[in-house]
Amino acid sequence: MTEWLGMDGYAAFVWPAYLLTLVCVGGLVLHAVLRRRATAKRLAELEQVEGEA
Amino acid sequence: MWSYFANPERFDRLAAAMLPWTWGLTVLLFAIGLPWALVFSPADYQQSETVRIMYVHVPAAWLAMAAYAGLGVSSFVYFIWRHNLADLAARALAPAGAVFAFLCLVTGALWGRPMWGAWWVWDARLTSMLVLFLLYLGYMALRGAIEDEKLRARAGSILAMAGLINLPIIKFSVDWWNTLHQPASVIRFDGPTIHASKLWPLSIMALAFTVLLTALVLTTMRTMIVERRLERLERQRESRLEAEAAL
Repeated sequence: MTEWLGMDGYAAFVWPAYLLTLVCVGGLVLHAVLRRRATAKRLAELEQVEGEA
Repeated sequence: MWSYFANPERFDRLAAAMLPWTWGLTVLLFAIGLPWALVFSPADYQQSETVRIMYVHVPAAWLAMAAYAGLGVSSFVYFIWRHNLADLAARALAPAGAVFAFLCLVTGALWGRPMWGAWWVWDARLTSMLVLFLLYLGYMALRGAIEDEKLRARAGSILAMAGLINLPIIKFSVDWWNTLHQPASVIRFDGPTIHASKLWPLSIMALAFTVLLTALVLTTMRTMIVERRLERLERQRESRLEAEAAL
């Protein structure tokens, strides 16, 4: 395990590459999901207001 | 065909049916690809463990280029036929493509430093990839700077189409100019020169990135359709309230 994490002395290059990939991909997915939710919420609110009017 | 899919409601139904599968397939492919890339694939006899960077660097590069090709094609379709869905596709593709281009550049630097002894060199491959990243930023900045919706989409589509010229430059930069970057080893006329033990995990990771981009773009386009409806409803409500106030 320690040997694997050490990446033959290249841990400082391999792991940041994967960490950044995780951050980038995770960020894209999170942004898409949050945007979808926020839009659905706004639509529901507006439809409720319009229903009362 | 374009007209058939240009109907937002038809598109929304199709995308809604596809999305659970697309997201599920994304998770499955990463669940296979990541352990293969990080654990089971062998280290390289020259590059040792740094070769593992390839499994994120190369898919990021391909997808940055594929997303730009998609941006160019949707821009063309919008420019000629004025289909709004094509414009939505372009808008959804640009930020994702920019993130992939950025990821490609940074993972490339992290690979270049131990293998070439340099984080960055101004050679043709690296510079043309940087140009791709800047094209994405330019496209988004241009759209952000124009108020009028139609003009914004039109100007954006022209910029995106002009930028297409950069794609063959990136692809063939390693053949046309002397460069530190290795030549193509996967997409070649005479077949891949990379060993199967590395080609397989690379293919799975590339597929995972591709399906992920598809899921992201479809999700974002569906959101944009709702956003447009919201804007219309809000405008209608405002004008109705104004009319009521005037009475």
